[in-house]
Amino acid sequence: METKKLAIIATKGTLDWAYPPFILASTAAALGYDVQIFFTFYGLQLVRKDVSGLKVSPLGNPGMPMKMPFGPKWFKGINWNIPNAVQSIIPGYENVATSLMKMTIANNGVATIPELRSLCQEADVKFLACQMTVELFGFDHADFIDGVDYVGAASFFEFAGESDICLFI
Amino acid sequence: MEFNKELDARGLNCPLPILRTKKALAEMASGEILKVLATDPGSVKDMQAFAKQTGNDLINSAEAGGEYTFFMKKK
Repeated sequence: METKKLAIIATKGTLDWAYPPFILASTAAALGYDVQIFFTFYGLQLVRKDVSGLKVSPLGNPGMPMKMPFGPKWFKGINWNIPNAVQSIIPGYENVATSLMKMTIANNGVATIPELRSLCQEADVKFLACQMTVELFGFDHADFIDGVDYVGAASFFEFAGESDICLFI
Repeated sequence: MEFNKELDARGLNCPLPILRTKKALAEMASGEILKVLATDPGSVKDMQAFAKQTGNDLINSAEAGGEYTFFMKKK
């Protein structure tokens, strides 16, 4: 049987959206797929050496439950529905939301992004970074982890064109 | 049931139980049996799907008190 191929385009640079590309890529690799991820635009944040700056923003995101990761069960169950106008004027709101999210992630036995990312690399998931956006955003290759290839869209299509599944995330 | 190796994936969530299972199997010989312990309710369907797609044989799975036990025979 020919090896199946999964091609992913990762375009988001927030903590929450860092998960889908790495979860799907590592799982597909475990199932025997050949996997490539093309990181472009804000997705470049996911291959930086330091990903501790990845944040989650509840502002303008009505789909995000705002629940506390600590305290008694009844307290954890409360959904803190804070209006956008209020969220936007509280200094450090994103930082607080991000640290609460990281606590929730740890409480639920969900892997961290650096952990999932290295699992992907161990499983030979290939990381491609869009050279154009690297320049556009003023990044340097030294900002990124080892094992990333810097290419253009044409190189990605070489793999994506023959893939069984192609996802834009 | 007899097994050659045990993997404790309790407390871990998707996709870690599958990734650890894959890694553990890679270090085993064909025909050997891996026992996996997990608490992720999603792992029941996921282990079946993993076995089906990788050709390994999920010979037994059981649940007791929110804990799942799987026996996977390496292809």
